[in-house]
Formats: sequence, structure tokens, C-alpha cells
Amino acid sequence: MARYLARRLVTLVGIVLVISVGAFYLIHLLPGDPATVILGTGDSPQNRARLYAQLGLNRPVIEQYFVWMKNVLHGNLGTSFISQVPVWTTIRAALPIDLEMIVLSQILSFAVAIPLAMSSAKRPDSWLDRFLGAFSFTMLSIPAFILVVVLVLVVAIKLAVPHTGVSSYVPLTQDWVTNLESMALPSVVLAIGSVTVYYRVLRSDLIATLQQEYITLARSKGISQRRILWRHALRPSSVALLGTAGVNIGGLLAGGFIVQYLLDIPGLGYTLVNSIGLSDYLVVQGIVLVVSIGVIVINFVFDFLITLVDPRIARE
Amino acid sequence: MSSSLELAELVEEVTEEPDGRRLGVLFWVCVGWLALNLLAALLANVLPLPNPLTQNYNAVNAGPSLHHLFGTDDLGRDIFSRVVFGSRVSIEAGLGSMLIGFGVGAPLGMLAAYRRGRLDQVLTVVMYVVLAFPAIIATIAILSFWTPRTLLKIIIVIGVAAIPLVYRVIRTATLAVATQDYVVAAKVQGASDTRILVRELLPNVAPIAVSFLLIGVATVVTLEGSLAFLGLSVAPPTPSWGNMINESRTILQLNPWLALFPAAAMCLFLLALNFIGDRLRTHFDVSEGKL
Repeated sequence: MARYLARRLVTLVGIVLVISVGAFYLIHLLPGDPATVILGTGDSPQNRARLYAQLGLNRPVIEQYFVWMKNVLHGNLGTSFISQVPVWTTIRAALPIDLEMIVLSQILSFAVAIPLAMSSAKRPDSWLDRFLGAFSFTMLSIPAFILVVVLVLVVAIKLAVPHTGVSSYVPLTQDWVTNLESMALPSVVLAIGSVTVYYRVLRSDLIATLQQEYITLARSKGISQRRILWRHALRPSSVALLGTAGVNIGGLLAGGFIVQYLLDIPGLGYTLVNSIGLSDYLVVQGIVLVVSIGVIVINFVFDFLITLVDPRIARE
Repeated sequence: MSSSLELAELVEEVTEEPDGRRLGVLFWVCVGWLALNLLAALLANVLPLPNPLTQNYNAVNAGPSLHHLFGTDDLGRDIFSRVVFGSRVSIEAGLGSMLIGFGVGAPLGMLAAYRRGRLDQVLTVVMYVVLAFPAIIATIAILSFWTPRTLLKIIIVIGVAAIPLVYRVIRTATLAVATQDYVVAAKVQGASDTRILVRELLPNVAPIAVSFLLIGVATVVTLEGSLAFLGLSVAPPTPSWGNMINESRTILQLNPWLALFPAAAMCLFLLALNFIGDRLRTHFDVSEGKL
């Protein structure tokens, strides 16, 4: 187990290094002199000197990477020349919102997907199973942004449910009731996407598990259906589910911007969209770096969870 | 509650190979729908459609009528015409990027799986590293820095991001075929590598490739929609489904048609692609049973 994890950790570090090179190199995709583009209207000798120190722009490219990397490792992602706020401060304010949104949506998804998958796997090909199969397939084809537009149209407008805008967003620690109200819609949207994926993965694995002999044995001992499903079948059926969840949650962190942008939730995605609009390149670069590393770390954590569920995987 | 025997029977029924020959009515409905979409996109210039860019301030935010099948938008442009012309962006982006992804990823994947050895090892490690980079973030990052944006750049970025994915799928599919007896037989008979790759392996990998390609196009169409919301897709006033849905947000209450029609067009298109891809995959699934 330790060796397996150590090997994964080495891979993780390697990939993070590749990502850092990629994120660093983005600046050089800018047309013309990057300093001029990044500084925009804030192009004063003073700001220029600050940017040069941050990015090492007057040195060879290889050296620039190390200058930038050294700054990044010291928690210095630069200071936005548009908002005059350090990039790291912006990210630190937005990141908890993403985490809250993901946690809420995932609790919701698992709470719905696991019982649904069980009721399907219990009687495959029943009308319920067929309906859920067709329904989840259809939902898989509906992009999140269309779901949001439709939900906003139906829920927020027709039912006059309060739709909290960014100006009235309240952090969880300040007033959790208002906070949860504004997080409900985005979490539900993200959960709908996750449920369809988790349901399909878990259903097919549960059906395979229920064919195993030890399940037949458990049945012959008279153990109840519910106990068999929850205590005997769920754990061995959840390896693929956890793998999918890792990829999916990473996808929510990277792709959550649409939902945040449409529903005015000031998380990282929202900040990313705004920064692209403002040509605030240092903020974009910082968010790209943080989110990419976040996705990799989430995958790593889920790989670890899988080894807890099925320790054989680590021994192979 | 069902007894274990009943359950085992039910399970067997489900896991049995679906009817091997028939693809089902719904499959052909989806194929027809896709064909209709492609044809409309191809012939949009010839069809008797109003210009998608012509503004008519005498008919702003009009509902569906005989004159304007899907109504008009806030600038009085015909929504039906914009939906048809907008499909071009989605289809071009989808097919274009998959052309790059498959053009590079598929031959490499087949070659790696057939040759194995050092080539396979190196390619697989490289692809694994590229794959680890979250594709959507990489796409957004590159497109936001690489200005000015054009459809071609979008296609290149998404296409390159697709290469490692295609590589992995095709490599796995080829691996399953490359060890079959008939491939060994062809080798023993002295067939050249090119011949084996093209005549023996390709026909067996192709169905999986086509099914993955369709699902890939669906993913890219969704991605283009997402990029439109970030302002990273084609610049207005060029219509695209994503652009149209994004533009409709501010006047959703006033004119819901503006959002509903492109959204419906996109969903039906995606549904058809996914359904065909899914059916083909189960239909040609060689890994289970059959062999």
C-alpha cells in the first residue's frame, strides 16, 4: 500500500510540474509584447518594473520559468494590474465557494444515485429500470448550461423563488441560511449531472455483483434484500463509482464556471469568466494553475479511496 | 421480494446479447435526424431562409408565426434561420476537431498496440501526461490567451486536446484485436505490417472508432456551447447555438423562444449523436460474449 501510494505521489508531482510549465507558458501565447498586453491601461514604468520582477520577462525563457516558479512557491502569483489585488487573495476568497458547491452537490448526488441504482439493479429490466435508464440517458445529453437556463426560467421566474445575485451572496460563516438559499440552485444543477453518471455506473456494477455466488449464499441464509444490497453488494460494486466520482468532481471544479457565471455565484469559475472578459491575464493564469492542480489532487484522493475499498488494487 | 432464482433469470435476460442484427427504429430515427441537420447546415445558403444577420426593427421579439417559424430575436433577426446557420459552427467544430484527434490519435494508437515494445511505452507515457492536464481548463486557458479567436483556433485547440483520448481508446480496441488468431495467421502468411494494419485490424477497430467519434462530436458541441458563455467561441453576430443561448439570457422572461429553440436544437442533436454512438458500441461490442 505505501509503495503504491508513493508511486502515485511521484506521478502526481511529475504531472504538477508539467502543468506548471503549461500555465507559465500561457503568457507567451499573448500577441506582441506580453508586458504591454498584461499591463493594459496600467502601463507605467513602476508597474512595468513590478511585472518584470514577477515574471522575469527580461531574461531567457528558461530562467523566466524558474523566476515565476519561485514566486509561485512563495505564494506569490502576482498582483492584478486591473483590480490591484494580489491574485492569491482573489483565489483564496473564491475557492471555498467552489468547495461548498461541490460538497453540497455530491452529498445530494450520492443520496439520490445510490438508492436509485439499487432499485434498478434489484429488478433489472423492470419498468422502473427501463424508465430510469432512458431518463438518465436523456439527461446525459443535456448540457449544464441549458439545464440552468431552463431551471432559471421555470424555478426562479415562474415560481418567484428568490434568486440571489452576486451582490447579495453571503459567506457560509456569516449567515448559513441565506448562503444555502443561494447555493441550492447551482448545487442541484451540478447534482443532476452527477446523479445520471453515478446511477449508470453503479447500476451495471451492482447487477454484476448480485450475480456472485456469495450473494446467492447470503440470500439462502435468509438475509434481507436491503441488507444484502447495502452491506454485501455496495462496497464491492463501488470501485468504478469512486473512479468516476474522482473524474467527475475534478470536472465540476474545472467546468463549474458555467453554473457559477449563470447563477452569479462568485467562485473560481465566476472569477475566471470575469477575468477573461477584463483581459486580467495574471488572474486567469493563477486560476488555471490552481484549478488544474486541484483536479489532479482530487483524482489522487479518489485513487486512494479506491484502494481503501478494494486493497487488492494497490497490491497489483 | 423476488427469489434469487427469479433474479438470476432476470439478470441473465439483461446481460444477454441484444438482438445482434437489428439496430432498432429509434436508431434510424436518430440517423435521419442527424442527416437532416447535416443537410440543412450544408445547404443553408441555398435554402429559402432569411439572412440570419438581417435586423428588422418592425418585428422584434416576435413569437413563432408562419412568417418567422421560430419567431425573432431582440434585433428582429429570424431565429429559425439563425438556428440553421448556427448549427454550422457546432458541426464544423465537432467534425473538425475530431478530424485532428482521430487523424493523429488513431494511427498512433493502432501502431502502438500492434508494435508494442518501446514505441508503445513512450507514446503511452506521453499521452498519459497530456491526458492528466484537465482538458477543459487547458482549452479555456489557451483560447483566452491566444487572440484573436477564430473557429479554426477553437478547432485546433480542442482537436489537439482530443488526441490522447482517441489514442487511448483506439489503442485499447486494437490490443483486443491484435492477438486474435486471424491476425497471427496473416502474419504467418507473410503479410506486410501495413497490410495487417489496414486490412485486418482497421475493419475491426472501425466500429468502436465510429461510435467514439460520434460521442466525441457530442462532447465538442457541448464544449463550444460552454465556450460561448465565456465569450470564447465565434464572435457575434455570427450565430452559433451557444452564442444564441447565451445572448438570450438577459431577455429570458421577455422572449423565452430565443433560448428554447437553439437549446432544443442542440439537445436533440446531442441526443441523436449519443444514442447512435451508444447503440453502435453495444452492437459491435466484440469484447463481450460473441468471440
